[in-house]
Amino acid sequence: MQEDRNRGSYIGQAWLVILLAALYGVALAGVQSTLSGKIEQNKKAETYEVMPDLVPGAQPGLSEELTVMGKDGQEARLYRAVGAGGRQVGWLLPAGGQGFGDRIEILIGVDTQVSTITGLYVLEQKETPGLGDYITTDAFRQRFRNAPTDRPLVVVKTDPSQENEIRALSGATISSESVAAIVNRALANCGAPLRELAAQARPGRQGRVESTQ
Amino acid sequence: MSEKTTSSVDRAGPTALERFINGVLPENPIYRQLLGMCPTLAVTNAMKPAVTMAAATAFVLICSNIMVSLIRGLLKPHLRILVFTLTIATFVTIADRLLAAYVYDMSKQLGPYVPLIIVNCVIISRAEICASKQTPGVAIADGIGMSLGFGIGLASIATVRELLGSGTWFGLHVLPATWPNWGIMVLPPGAFLTLGLLLAIVEWGTRRRAASAIWRTVRMLWSWRH
Repeated sequence: MQEDRNRGSYIGQAWLVILLAALYGVALAGVQSTLSGKIEQNKKAETYEVMPDLVPGAQPGLSEELTVMGKDGQEARLYRAVGAGGRQVGWLLPAGGQGFGDRIEILIGVDTQVSTITGLYVLEQKETPGLGDYITTDAFRQRFRNAPTDRPLVVVKTDPSQENEIRALSGATISSESVAAIVNRALANCGAPLRELAAQARPGRQGRVESTQ
Repeated sequence: MSEKTTSSVDRAGPTALERFINGVLPENPIYRQLLGMCPTLAVTNAMKPAVTMAAATAFVLICSNIMVSLIRGLLKPHLRILVFTLTIATFVTIADRLLAAYVYDMSKQLGPYVPLIIVNCVIISRAEICASKQTPGVAIADGIGMSLGFGIGLASIATVRELLGSGTWFGLHVLPATWPNWGIMVLPPGAFLTLGLLLAIVEWGTRRRAASAIWRTVRMLWSWRH
């Protein structure tokens, strides 16, 4: 009787799966909370390492991390790229979003006035090997360099005719569009507050920034 | 792979020692079973990524073998694949996070291949063939043997490819600077060429002397135990 009831009920069938899922979930949460600090530290170290490539003239040693209030009402963490003599040369914005396979995390370098993209770097991606993972290549990242930020980037499949057009990777349209969308979202979110900060900082003052370093 | 899938009751299977030995060569996942070909071809252009991949796979394989073996009495036959996949996915995620925390550059280089360990047939086949039917002790020996066999497979291919393609081994220059690096060896065609040639050599070798030598050893150990 007991046996028959169990055979018919979903819980009787699946209790082990449910229990294991809960158990594994707790275990993964534990691993994530233990290691996330270290992983973030690794990413930060890499960010400082690639900073001179993304914002020309930036000196990682002089640059600082700060947070601004984004348009979406959430604090955004980013970097003020400072060059020789303490002069600000641009900003470096970490941004992320869904790609084709998994979350893509990128770094966007922009000039101080947030008018032009000066560089792009892919910090983390799990796109399809041999297709989507070409977003990490120099050839693709160069397509973003010198793009204007006053209008959203548009991904095209032919040679770009406008400055804000980015040529997609063959066979990886979704990955290309994901990267462009992440850039558009990050710039729409942080562009205005950063321009404001740059304007305040110009007379030589530090500006109203909440420095975390 | 001849065992039939039945219920998860313990029954006499190969012993721990046999499982271990089988994994290393007689049932080598790469050279004898031809399983896990994706990482075999994709991450063997140099020793460092190959060894990292082998270590990550070993971690997942041994942990999932232990876990599946511990719960083997509770498995429902028609839900077992779901449980295997859930278990493997959990350990792969842990391995992925560990790599990102402690070997960050390798984690970046391997990228999507680490999550792809989830679908590595070597692991799920061991859960099905060994861990879901035998005790944790045997499952651990099986996991270690298979991991070792997988590692040897990856390392042998990576050694050939890195030596011929870059003149280095683990990044250290081994061949003289005059060696003209065979670029094709580090590219995808090099993976297929190397795998094919090494497979042929292993096949040729095991059919001849090596095979009889190994089987003699196994038989000797078998008779010594019984």
